[in-house]
Amino acid sequence: MDISFVIEKFILVAIIFGISLLIAMYSTYAERKVAAFLQDRLGPDRAGPFGILQPLADGVKMFMKEEIIPANSSKWLFMVGPGLAMLTACIGTAVIPWGSPITIGGRVIPLQVTDINVGILYIFGVVSLGVYGVMIGGWASNNKYSLLSAIRAASQNISYEIAMGLSIIALLLVTGTMSLKEITEQQHGWHWNVLYQPVGFILFMICAFAETNRAPFDLPECETELIGGYHTEYSSMKLGFYLFAEYINMFVSSAVMATLYFGGYNYPGMDSMAVWLGPTWAPLFGTFIFFMKIFAFIFFFMWVRWTIPRFRYDQLMHLGWKMLIPLAIANIIVTGLVIAYIEKF
Amino acid sequence: MGTSVFYVVAALSIFFSLMVIFSKNPVHSVLYLIVTFFTFTVHYVLLNAQFLAVVNFIVYMGAIMVLFLFVLMLLNLNKENEPSKSNLIKVVGIIAGCCLVVTLIGSFKATTLSNPLVLQNPDLGLVKNLGKELFGPFMLPFELSSILLLTAMVGAVLLTKKEKV
Repeated sequence: MDISFVIEKFILVAIIFGISLLIAMYSTYAERKVAAFLQDRLGPDRAGPFGILQPLADGVKMFMKEEIIPANSSKWLFMVGPGLAMLTACIGTAVIPWGSPITIGGRVIPLQVTDINVGILYIFGVVSLGVYGVMIGGWASNNKYSLLSAIRAASQNISYEIAMGLSIIALLLVTGTMSLKEITEQQHGWHWNVLYQPVGFILFMICAFAETNRAPFDLPECETELIGGYHTEYSSMKLGFYLFAEYINMFVSSAVMATLYFGGYNYPGMDSMAVWLGPTWAPLFGTFIFFMKIFAFIFFFMWVRWTIPRFRYDQLMHLGWKMLIPLAIANIIVTGLVIAYIEKF
Repeated sequence: MGTSVFYVVAALSIFFSLMVIFSKNPVHSVLYLIVTFFTFTVHYVLLNAQFLAVVNFIVYMGAIMVLFLFVLMLLNLNKENEPSKSNLIKVVGIIAGCCLVVTLIGSFKATTLSNPLVLQNPDLGLVKNLGKELFGPFMLPFELSSILLLTAMVGAVLLTKKEKV
């Protein structure tokens, strides 16, 4: 393992980490602007031109607030909770291919931190760990509302994980590989997986909404029933971590959806663009396209949040277990039959 | 390098599994158990069994332990109702523990250190090879065990269902 490899990966990790934090930061701003737009308001417009310094102001506010740790909480776990939420939100970015390999100064650098051959399962594992931050924080608060919220989060997460896994299985039947790099390369040009797996994509997206605790599935944060939900007792930057983790999760799941179903960095006419732009700028343009797709998904997340009211708890369970899971299984069977038919003839 | 990593991780797994037993709070025990399972995942990665590693990660750490934690959190709402253990139970516990120690010593004396198992194919743990193995030579046992799991699931659903009068 030579030293340049380590430096290269280190820089890549630092860039990806910085970008995810930046996007999460400006997602809070975008969320408020989108909400304002959908509700015919102006939104934040005081800090800087068009209010673009608002996230900084919010960040400073979060840091300056008094930090309160409840007397009867388990202090260690109370601190571990938000940290774990941030950690699990961030590590998902490691296997996403952000662009085709880029040539800088004669050196080919893959724009992916690591290409493990079980990439999808890794993402899935990280998603399933994501609930621990909420559960531990909610339990450690020693508050009945937080506890209820933590339990809700756990049951919701487990229920929707099943449908998510099943929708991924149908995708795996089509792709025949679990490496995210190979899956992206297969979708060269316009051969996006969403064309082959439309039902699987819709299922996956619904489950992604549920796994990130976004509206209409934000029952763990249901204010009318649970005060603030699992972070009722949190203040200062610990609360900020929880809110931030939600936006990073949104970013990562948007990136995963764009990679799995919308071709990642591929776009129609990319071959002629590659000739025109050369080996350095063409991959960067692909990355730019990829981020446009991610932003479109993030906007969709926000659009849904400010349009659709929250589910009731029994409706949530009904949708997950009695509609999404049977639909996902049917999708697997149909996909399998079609593939068997195509291979036969 | 692989061996030293193994010893560090093995020491960690033993340490955290001891913490599972020794911590008083059941929720803390479960959290230590999660860390123990994570060290197992590292062991699988060291053995080049990527699929097992990630499945251990998803199923044990991500699903089963969430359910454990879920149940404990539900039960742990008031701490006072933990029944105090009577002396009889303590005596029974000591006897059972001694029996276990005797059995363990007996079994350790009987075993001899076997030669380290050498796999013919070190990449057996990769998804593709494992899948071919499972759906090739081990097709019947694999399908039978999946039917067994399905039966258990149907049984569990049936038990939770209220009887219609």
